[in-house]
Amino acid sequence: MSENQQIILLQDVKKSFDDSQVLNNINLYILKNEFITFLGPSGCGKTTTLRIIGGFEKPDSGDVFFEGKRINDLPPYQRKVNTVFQKYALFPHMNVYENIAFGLKIKKLDKATINKKVEEMLELVNLKGFQKRSVDSLSGGQQQRVAIARALVNQPEVLLLDEPLGALDLKLRKEMQIELKNIHKQTGITFVYVTHDQEEALTMSDTIVVMNAGSIQQIGTPQMIYNEPKNAFVADFIGESNIIEGKMIKDFTVEFANRVFECLDKDFSENEEIDAVVRPEDIKLVSEDKGMISGMVKSVTFKGVHYEMLVEGQDYVWTIHSTQMVEAGSRVGMVMNPNDIHIMKRMG
Amino acid sequence: MVKKVIMKSYLGLILLFMYLPIVVLIAFSFNKSKSRGNWTGFTFKWYEELFRNSQIKDALYNTIIIALLSSVIAVVIGTLAAIGIHSMKKVKKTAVMNLTYLPVLNPDIVTGVSLMLMFVFIGTFVKMQMGFLTMLLAHVTFNIPYVILSVLPKLKQMNTNLYEAALDLGASSSYALRKVIIPEIMPGIVSGFLMAITLSIDDFVISYFTTGSGVSNLSITIYSMARTGVKPTINALSTLMFGGVLLLLFIINIRSDREEKKRKSIKTGGMEV
Amino acid sequence: MKKKWLSYPYLVWMAIFIIIPSLLILFYGFTVKDEQGFRFSLQNFYRFCDPIFFSVLFKSLWLALLSTFVCLIVGYPVALILASKEYSKKTTMSMLFIIPMWMNFLLRTYAWLTLLEKHGIINSILSFFHLPTINILYTNGAVVLGMVYNFLPFMILPIYSVLMKVDNKLVEAAQDLGGNWVTVFRKVILPLSLPGVMSGLTMVFMPAVTTFVISKLLGGAQYTLIGNLIERQFLTVYDWNFGAAISIIMMIFILISIAIMSRFDEDKGGGAALW
Repeated sequence: MSENQQIILLQDVKKSFDDSQVLNNINLYILKNEFITFLGPSGCGKTTTLRIIGGFEKPDSGDVFFEGKRINDLPPYQRKVNTVFQKYALFPHMNVYENIAFGLKIKKLDKATINKKVEEMLELVNLKGFQKRSVDSLSGGQQQRVAIARALVNQPEVLLLDEPLGALDLKLRKEMQIELKNIHKQTGITFVYVTHDQEEALTMSDTIVVMNAGSIQQIGTPQMIYNEPKNAFVADFIGESNIIEGKMIKDFTVEFANRVFECLDKDFSENEEIDAVVRPEDIKLVSEDKGMISGMVKSVTFKGVHYEMLVEGQDYVWTIHSTQMVEAGSRVGMVMNPNDIHIMKRMG
Repeated sequence: MVKKVIMKSYLGLILLFMYLPIVVLIAFSFNKSKSRGNWTGFTFKWYEELFRNSQIKDALYNTIIIALLSSVIAVVIGTLAAIGIHSMKKVKKTAVMNLTYLPVLNPDIVTGVSLMLMFVFIGTFVKMQMGFLTMLLAHVTFNIPYVILSVLPKLKQMNTNLYEAALDLGASSSYALRKVIIPEIMPGIVSGFLMAITLSIDDFVISYFTTGSGVSNLSITIYSMARTGVKPTINALSTLMFGGVLLLLFIINIRSDREEKKRKSIKTGGMEV
Repeated sequence: MKKKWLSYPYLVWMAIFIIIPSLLILFYGFTVKDEQGFRFSLQNFYRFCDPIFFSVLFKSLWLALLSTFVCLIVGYPVALILASKEYSKKTTMSMLFIIPMWMNFLLRTYAWLTLLEKHGIINSILSFFHLPTINILYTNGAVVLGMVYNFLPFMILPIYSVLMKVDNKLVEAAQDLGGNWVTVFRKVILPLSLPGVMSGLTMVFMPAVTTFVISKLLGGAQYTLIGNLIERQFLTVYDWNFGAAISIIMMIFILISIAIMSRFDEDKGGGAALW
């Protein structure tokens, strides 16, 4: 990663609206050509971070660098950054062509060049021949493509996307996810993506920044975020998790659910209070006598691909995903591997 | 359906009540006799007299010029104000909006006399006579709130990111205002303008208190003529004004109908793809 | 959008033409003018405490209330019929009720003058049929008639637009739950239409209580309502201090009546927030 070039750097960025602190010391760099996603619940500050990069908000303190230059006071129209807005923000009184050509006309390019560029862009987003259409007449997915074309035609270094798929239905979302990924590959532009949908973040991103309450919780690849959540918030937000209070007896040994388990974590102080995280699909169901711990199946729900079972243990109700179904009411044993047990520092 | 018959005849009765005076007025503008008791034959002479009457011609001229000028000024000030108010924070916005509602809710007579006091007050500092200018200023004052109230909803409906999208694509803020925001709120500006024109033409009370030195508009002229008794020339004037209003409404309706159809055809055009 | 400054011309305009004039009314109302100039005094208000002026105030309020009430009784059924689903030509019909409003209101009032005259059309028709003629011109009756005629659309339209928004499913649900026509009206339609009724009441009462034109044209030159009183102080007697004081008193009564009406109005939206 170190040979990659940093394109954007945020340093100690703070921002508050009225009296509430929205961003609390954001430190973060974005590499050239990567697909980075800000992920978090609504109100976590992800959109504000995006808007600071875009130049629509100024940080109260801290700095924003673009290719090494401080750009805190640079207005949006002087940044080599373009945005795809939530709900697209297409100009309703203009047709598709005029929307896409908007930025080019401001740059005073000649008509032939504009025509050519608009056509190229429409081809890129699979809307060939849509120039004359009014934007009102387009479907949600088509409007989305126009918004992307309108931003990309200005050849930005970085494309900011603010929940761009939020207004689409599930099937269209999936299609657009793939298409966005393709556009990212074809253009080689840095994508900064904001979403509250963890699945979307996991499938599309090179890097995920998990945010909550104005702070960054964890930065990492999708695999790292999913498999090694840094704290209970990340674990809980990225997919379902069993989070159990416990304590670290020594390196590689942890105690929770009234039993001692082997694990891969170390460098905790002795007997430190921790949270242990186990993903529902990482727990194997066996007969009661073969299990590390045991419990009674309280409910079984079919989820399409797997069954979700709630198993009542001694002090904790475990969520378990399995392709095998066990009748509600029966007693089962549970087994988990050391590398499926993730130990996190206890949150305040 | 007994119910339907009752409903229809009730509406008919009320409409008769609303239109009978107007119809009678119009009919008697063509009556030869000066008294309204009896019909003595068809004539255009009251219209001829109307067009010879220089007092009425002056009043008509004042009415139209003041309506156009005050509406244009009100649209400029009011539209900018609406954009400004839209970007205000909540507390300040509420305060300004209450100020905006004040002249709308204030009785005309109070607005009229308070403006009159104000113009006299200013007159003690600078040489200013009540007349055309004071009437124009008064009309602008009561027109602005209506422009603001018809533009603000359009701004609220507008996608909040449109302005930012324009900036993002390289537009300066005045370019974004001209090319994106103003076209977007145009329907509100137009309806505010039309409303301002109507209010200005229709106003009597405020004009009555803020004019002077013999300057009068149609309403004031009608009032002074009506006070001295019934005159057939007023009937002729009423007929012309009512006809004018009907024509205007007709044009506006056709215009909005056409827009509606255009929008619908675009929508269905999109469905086919 | 940091564009607050765009509203500054408006704010300056409003300061000059709304705030200063309002302050001037207060100033004149609470002062009297003598040789030394203006001085603070409540004398204008004492002067108003006279049976003659009280009867004018009472008459204005009474006639305005009466006209408002008549408008409600006549107008509510109109709005109800226009909004009912059995009625198909809604837009054309509601248009018909709006068009007279577009005619200059002096002309509308003047039209009744010609109708009600001693030798006017109504009496001509009556005497043609050898019926007794009526002489209501220059009476309270003519003034109330003029008010109702002028302000009826202000009652019909707000009620109509609120009724149009009432979800027809609510009515069907009420019928489904066993409500007959009267119950559905009393328990569903009427309560839901109250915001419209309230704004209708305000929109009729306000201009009715402040008018001086209708009273002058249909009530005669000597006919006095509070509006005429104010007009006379400013344009005939030139006692601006007393005129300003009467305006203040009238505004107080208007504010009180609006406050009473908006108390009934649960939907605290729009302009009601001001009070």
